[in-house]
Amino acid sequence: MSSGRRRVRWILLLPCAALAVMVYFFGVSLGRDPGLVPSPLIGRAAPEFSLPELLAPGSVFSLQDVEEGPWMLNIWASWCSGCIVEHEFLMALGRAGAPLYGLNWKDAPADAREWLQLRGNPYRAIAVDANGRAGIDWGVYGAPETFLIDAKGIVRYRHVGPLDEAVFSQAFLPVLEGGAQ
Amino acid sequence: MQDRTLGLISMIPEIGQISLALALCLAAALAVFPLAGAHAGNVRWMEAGRPCALGMLAFVALAFAMLAVSFLRHDFSVQYVALHSNLKLPAMYRFAAIWGAHEGSLVLWQLILSSWTAAVALASRSLPPTLRARVLGVLGLISIGFLLFILLTSNPFLRLFPAAADGADLNPLLQDPALAIHPPLLYMGYVGLAVPFAFAIAALLGGRLDRRWARWTRPWTTAAWMFLTVGIALGSWWAYYELGWGGWWFWDPVENASFMPWLAGTALIHTLAVTERRGLFGNTTLLLAIAAFGLSLLGTFLVRSGVLVSVHAFASDPARGLFILVFLAIVMGGALLLYAFRNVAANPQTGFKLVSRESALLVNTVLLSAATVLVLFGTLYPLALDALDMGKISVGPPYFNLVFILPMLPLLLVVGAGMHASWKATNTAAWGRKLRVPAAVAILGVIVLTAAAYGFAGILTGIGMLAGLWVIAAALRDPVAWLLRRGPRPGRSAWGMQLAHCGLGVTTLGIVVVSAWGVETDRRLALGENLEVSGYEFQLERIEEVEGPNYQAAQGVVRVSRNGRPVTTLYPQKRVYEVQQSPMTEAGIDAGWRHDLFVALGEPLGEEAWSVRVQVKPLVRFIWLGALIMGLGGLLAISDRRYRMASPKEDES
Repeated sequence: MSSGRRRVRWILLLPCAALAVMVYFFGVSLGRDPGLVPSPLIGRAAPEFSLPELLAPGSVFSLQDVEEGPWMLNIWASWCSGCIVEHEFLMALGRAGAPLYGLNWKDAPADAREWLQLRGNPYRAIAVDANGRAGIDWGVYGAPETFLIDAKGIVRYRHVGPLDEAVFSQAFLPVLEGGAQ
Repeated sequence: MQDRTLGLISMIPEIGQISLALALCLAAALAVFPLAGAHAGNVRWMEAGRPCALGMLAFVALAFAMLAVSFLRHDFSVQYVALHSNLKLPAMYRFAAIWGAHEGSLVLWQLILSSWTAAVALASRSLPPTLRARVLGVLGLISIGFLLFILLTSNPFLRLFPAAADGADLNPLLQDPALAIHPPLLYMGYVGLAVPFAFAIAALLGGRLDRRWARWTRPWTTAAWMFLTVGIALGSWWAYYELGWGGWWFWDPVENASFMPWLAGTALIHTLAVTERRGLFGNTTLLLAIAAFGLSLLGTFLVRSGVLVSVHAFASDPARGLFILVFLAIVMGGALLLYAFRNVAANPQTGFKLVSRESALLVNTVLLSAATVLVLFGTLYPLALDALDMGKISVGPPYFNLVFILPMLPLLLVVGAGMHASWKATNTAAWGRKLRVPAAVAILGVIVLTAAAYGFAGILTGIGMLAGLWVIAAALRDPVAWLLRRGPRPGRSAWGMQLAHCGLGVTTLGIVVVSAWGVETDRRLALGENLEVSGYEFQLERIEEVEGPNYQAAQGVVRVSRNGRPVTTLYPQKRVYEVQQSPMTEAGIDAGWRHDLFVALGEPLGEEAWSVRVQVKPLVRFIWLGALIMGLGGLLAISDRRYRMASPKEDES
């Protein structure tokens, strides 16, 4: 009698157990959200690449071409709406002389050039990663993303999503200014 | 500089913000007083529920209005407005842009939840005070969660300083009439499932579940289900003509997120009927009520957290995902623990025979639940694999099409037969006599359609058509018998039930026919060239430039003729919206009962030619027409008088 009753209760607990399993998996997946986990690259040397330059056909852009000091690498594409959102701000950075470089990711170069013509070009140089191979080395999840690399070539920070004034002054500016001194 | 005399007007976003905070206070009062009052037997505390619910609605509506005003006035000092509107955006879409993105759609969600809560508060005078207080209290708890969610992670009234000169515009995909009204309808359904959930929790808290409880819960459940049905259909219709490739269902996670609550809600409607009529299936009803709302919350989580959507959609935010996950865990965990430890379902004194309506509805519940679980599994499986480090994969339409047909085909056969079974025990001979005519009509229909209209396309297609026609014929049997004066006049809820089932059959028929005989062709078409599809000649006459309010379009002029006689002219467009510069395809569709003629422009191929997609889709309208009929059936069922009676009145259907 009493054992029969207990069995009924265990069955009624099953939905609760299923929920617990589901919530566990969601928790793990959330932890994997690109925005939440810092990039594994942080604290390591920036991955090498050697890619065509977008606006200088025939020439190649690689890490050696980056000028001395800390710099930023912005991952963007002409199909990406978040890139439009951050573009005004990037233009302001470019005008202020920020060391901003671009990685044109999984995009058609022609579209990318047209896009820049329309909106302006804030970058010192732009690498063309048409098939996304370099993006894999950098652990790119999507566009836009912005990496911060210090004067020693170490990745210090990665921002996922449109860059704005708040994030820039909090996370990027200290390193950029520190490197300038 | 802002003009200081603008005073109140310049504070509109702040008024909205304060309204939300006040609504949160009222939600807290709504949760605390009625629940505590019901526990302690304090009538005055219980009675606080109604004014709190109405007050909450008032403040949420005020906040919503303030957001609407900000959009209509082009207040680009509000970040949300700046990101999702534009000076050139037509007023109608400026209003619809309120729910065009995350923050505003949550305000809409909360407005609808508050409306349902207020509706319960106003329409529940005949309920016992403790039950009413508990239902309102639970709805208040849910409101606390969503208002906190808005205020802590998704504030739509955040200011942008300095204000933007112009906005970034609404996503062009959303600039469409159907999509403007799709979210409100869908949310009415989603959120409406909170009401049966609250009734279930109230029953668990009160330790009492009886037939009267089921009678009170039924109309609310049917109402929510009705909105959900029409909302899903509208989304499917929109995808069909706006995404530009003529599909009508993609088993996309976001679609599944709305479909799973619908499946669970459909099962719930049916077990509620058994609980009301016969006092059976109490535990199943409670579990389904909890699950249906749980799946709504899960859908919200999946869509809002970015766990399943494309990684390129940065509308998602991990803090938001975490909030909903914790909220989901608390609400569902609490509900399911309560369910496990409060065994409230009355022990049924009566059983039922093998051949009875109860049996049919039991099979129905099992199959619908199985379908829900299989869709849930397909939606979450890629996620689980990723969590276990087993790689990223996605389960596509082949999986869903297979696992959905498996429970659905037998279900359709049971639906037709079960409708005519009697409660408790069925007289098999009389039952068989009732089913003879519908069965004959269905078989005849399949033969006629196959032979005269479409031709043979496989056994499975034949069975599918048979299932659809069988459900239609079985559903219409009683109304037709009444019209021929050979049967009694069905009651309103019976009418509603039959109409809804008829809609199910119509949708099924549409799905089967369009899947089997729909024709799709992608071709390069030079100007003036003819393309023949299913006996129709499609001629791309010319391409012209068209200017819309906030877009430019290349518009094709496609003359359609049959046997040399002109049928219609279609104007498919390729639009480029000025601000976001994204190309959008606007299909040219000639809609008809027999079929749709569908033309969409692809890409220009050189000077004088375009890639063109031409489709002929037989009976595709039936898919959405069926859903509308289902919704109408729901409406008819709700309007049955007995739901407005204080005391139970016995059987009709």
